[in-house]
Amino acid sequence: MRWGVITFPGSNDDAQTAFVLERLLGESVVRLWHKDESVDGLDCVVLPGGFSYGDYLRCGAVARLSPIMRAVEAFAQGGGMVLGICNGFQILCEAGLLPGALIRNRELGFSCRRVHVRVEEADTHFTNRCRRGDVLDIPIKHGEGCYIADDATLRSLEAGRQIVLRYTDAEGRVTPEANPNGSLGAIAGIRNARGNVFGLMPHPEHACEWLVGGEDGRKIFLSIIAAQGGTAETPAVPTSSKVLSGP
Amino acid sequence: MKITADIALQHGLSAAEYERIESTLGRAPTLEELGVFSVMWSEHCSYKSSRIHLRGLPTTGPRVLQGPGENAGAIDVGDGLAVVFKIESHNHPSFVEPFQGAATGVGGILRDIFTMGARPIANLNSLRFGAIDHPRTGFLVRGVVGGIGHYGNCIGVPTVGGEVSFDPGYDHNILVNAFTLGVVKADRIFRARATGVGNPVMYVGSRTGRDGIHGASLLASAEFDAESESKRPTVQVGDPFTEKLLLEACLELMSPELSHHLVAIQDMGAAGLTSSSTEMASRGGTGLDLDLSLVPLRESGVTPYEILLSESQERMLLVLHQGSEDAVRAIFSKWDLEAAVIGHVTDTKRLRCTFEGKLVVDLPIEPLTDDAPAYDRPAAEPHASDDGKLNLKDLPEPTDYNQTLLRLMESPNLCSREWVYRQYDAYVGGGTVVRPGSDAAVVRLPGTEKAIAMTVDCNSRLCLVDPYVGTVSAVAEAARNLAASGAEPIGVTNCLNFGSPEKPEVMWQFQQAVAGLRDACLAFGTPVISGNVSFYNETEGRSIPPTPVIGMVGLLEDASQHVTQWFKSEGDAIVLLGRNREELGSSEYLAVVHHQVRGGVPWIDLEIERRLIRAVVASAREGLLRSAHDVAEGGLAVALAECCITSETTAPLGARIELEGGFRPDALLFGESHARMIVSVRRRHLTRLREIARREDVPISVIGEVRGKVLEIGDLVGVDVATLRECWRSALTKALAGSAAA
Repeated sequence: MRWGVITFPGSNDDAQTAFVLERLLGESVVRLWHKDESVDGLDCVVLPGGFSYGDYLRCGAVARLSPIMRAVEAFAQGGGMVLGICNGFQILCEAGLLPGALIRNRELGFSCRRVHVRVEEADTHFTNRCRRGDVLDIPIKHGEGCYIADDATLRSLEAGRQIVLRYTDAEGRVTPEANPNGSLGAIAGIRNARGNVFGLMPHPEHACEWLVGGEDGRKIFLSIIAAQGGTAETPAVPTSSKVLSGP
Repeated sequence: MKITADIALQHGLSAAEYERIESTLGRAPTLEELGVFSVMWSEHCSYKSSRIHLRGLPTTGPRVLQGPGENAGAIDVGDGLAVVFKIESHNHPSFVEPFQGAATGVGGILRDIFTMGARPIANLNSLRFGAIDHPRTGFLVRGVVGGIGHYGNCIGVPTVGGEVSFDPGYDHNILVNAFTLGVVKADRIFRARATGVGNPVMYVGSRTGRDGIHGASLLASAEFDAESESKRPTVQVGDPFTEKLLLEACLELMSPELSHHLVAIQDMGAAGLTSSSTEMASRGGTGLDLDLSLVPLRESGVTPYEILLSESQERMLLVLHQGSEDAVRAIFSKWDLEAAVIGHVTDTKRLRCTFEGKLVVDLPIEPLTDDAPAYDRPAAEPHASDDGKLNLKDLPEPTDYNQTLLRLMESPNLCSREWVYRQYDAYVGGGTVVRPGSDAAVVRLPGTEKAIAMTVDCNSRLCLVDPYVGTVSAVAEAARNLAASGAEPIGVTNCLNFGSPEKPEVMWQFQQAVAGLRDACLAFGTPVISGNVSFYNETEGRSIPPTPVIGMVGLLEDASQHVTQWFKSEGDAIVLLGRNREELGSSEYLAVVHHQVRGGVPWIDLEIERRLIRAVVASAREGLLRSAHDVAEGGLAVALAECCITSETTAPLGARIELEGGFRPDALLFGESHARMIVSVRRRHLTRLREIARREDVPISVIGEVRGKVLEIGDLVGVDVATLRECWRSALTKALAGSAAA
């Protein structure tokens, strides 16, 4: 399938995301610039982690006004698959493509650590390679990852089975200690009502190799590939010859 | 304005230096010229007190592609790649304004690396604060750590390791040393030599404001006093977002497709436009004509004097080929950055600056750089604070070794640094193999099977007692940390933090440290490829302990052969490589439990260190080592406890240990003798490990087994590892929570 990975000024995990898709999973990747105005012909668009526009004003608030976001909004409204990771999740919330907001962590500081997230819904485009209740080990690294929403939104997220991942301990229990940022309901990732837009704070692209961060993050990307009818098997040889600046 | 010696003194120059300026020029300088001299002749820029001593350092070797003298040094790591690295201080700014001071320290060292064409892949830092219960320490720690995280996280370079220590000797002068390593194709290293008469000089990046004026001369090159808080305006304000854009734009310009436009590039760091322009002209053997009216400004009314001396961050100076201006402007414009041609290269060997048509600076380059003052300042050995004698008989032995071990594990210098490194993004870039919390950080070399290991080390307590042995020990510890990660040491950078060079005792400490650095680097075959000297680290006449921080870099041919410090599985044999000695001098135990800093320094022998490192690296390459950990501060007992509890992702493991000592148990458990390593191996690999140890003539003894949930050492220690872990892990958070917020 054809992926698009957007680079906003200040995106930091764009190269890593493209590296995982191209080199580790053998996918085809188009690198998109924030001033591009089209995402035509793509199967999934990724908004990567980082500090778009320096996180000035409010995380994601400026990036959502980038020219490419008009194309992403239209793409999502047409049913196209959109994945927002960390800063990408923040941008999707700012753009109104996902409900709720991400605010300063409960402990106020930036937090970089491995966390456990439990798969709440396996029947989604983004988690179909997991089973319900699976616990994934994926890192977080953010200062503004505390998910909040009003009661009505939260109820509708629950009712619509839109809460995809929650922070838990290694055994899959929701506990205050296992919630790294104070998110409401320990929410780590949600999808929209239609099910084609997914945002999460943990970084699956940093958990795709045993050598660096483990492999649980692959399941997210492999699920998307499976949802698109791909074989979702890891090829041994990269299919792209494009040289990346990343690893 | 008539320039006089008095005005020169206010600029930090001496009367003799001012006379030298007048005689060089044959006239009084203009105000702008005086400003240029004051920063270029500052200790920070000219190394005037250290230059003659640094010449003796080993700076060459088969792998060295670039030694000292450029923005950073470079070492060949094979596969057509080189690593570029350097460490630099930002001590005074961080004490005056901890958040911005530390942040801009990170920003500055990052620019030094990407100026060479290298993409930064790892940041480390070495931090020294005052006593943990000093009223200002909490404020400084929070600010510095916050600033480092803010800059590194936002620009997207992982912070993967470092060291933090607390000592009352830094109560009034903290140390913030920032290290960055980048990767570049070995044949594509860019240098900062302005050549080609008529070539345009282009200014790129942020606009120039009034911040940081005299940062290099008055802040970095003078000691602190009660008025130092008033120097806060000399601290620059960092913008990591702009630096991220600058990084990407510069690397785009230096890509194979576009780099034919570029002749030279240098960042505007300390002393801003002045030092970047004069240093580029000096290296190129040329001159520069600049029109300061063309410099992009943040506000109107900025004077030429301020433009020359501003240390506004996130700026670079380029020399381009004629006709390349539009192509280069287009790159920076894509990244929404300013780019302006402000002058051109000449053959005059002079720096000439005009402002609104008036000539304000007309100076020969050489007196500003190569012919700047260099002093052989008097040195004299200080009266020792330590008589070297420690009579163990006068030292009561602990009655409860469990309590003593726990007390050490929660002491400020030995407890977990998790509170610190959790605030740093260690993942970004996707190459971090070993994150903070092991002996050294390990980061994959992009596009290869290889990895680079990095560590920054110094035990300033040893350096205070004996700066020569202390520095040798710091180099040895750094090498052991790399070996414990499976890496062969290949190169060194250093940040020499000292008091005022005008004091003979400080100069003596400095000379001793440089001699130690030289001897140790020769012994390990690790050339010194870059470095930084930070003098005047003192307040109201009190100097910091001599603190020569060693940044050492190692190479792993196969990243998957990396080793971490924590035990891996039940049943593995625990092996001590090296020999225990009855030494307690200058130990953490002596300081924490007996409140003494004395007794000389532990004995060290570089040949023995070399053999240990060879044995450990060879064992790692054969895949024998399940874990490896250097025995350092806190001695054998603390090192063993760390092996049990420091894994971030797995539950702590216990160990059953029997030690043969034949001497005092506290010296056996907590003495800090060098040349020791704790490794764990599968039982079936013991024979092979013994063979390697015999080959390298390294003492080897099997001292126990990974087992259960208790750390047992003979009948002296028996502590539940969960208790050890909790006490070690929560201590720093608790200590900082208890310190004042001011």
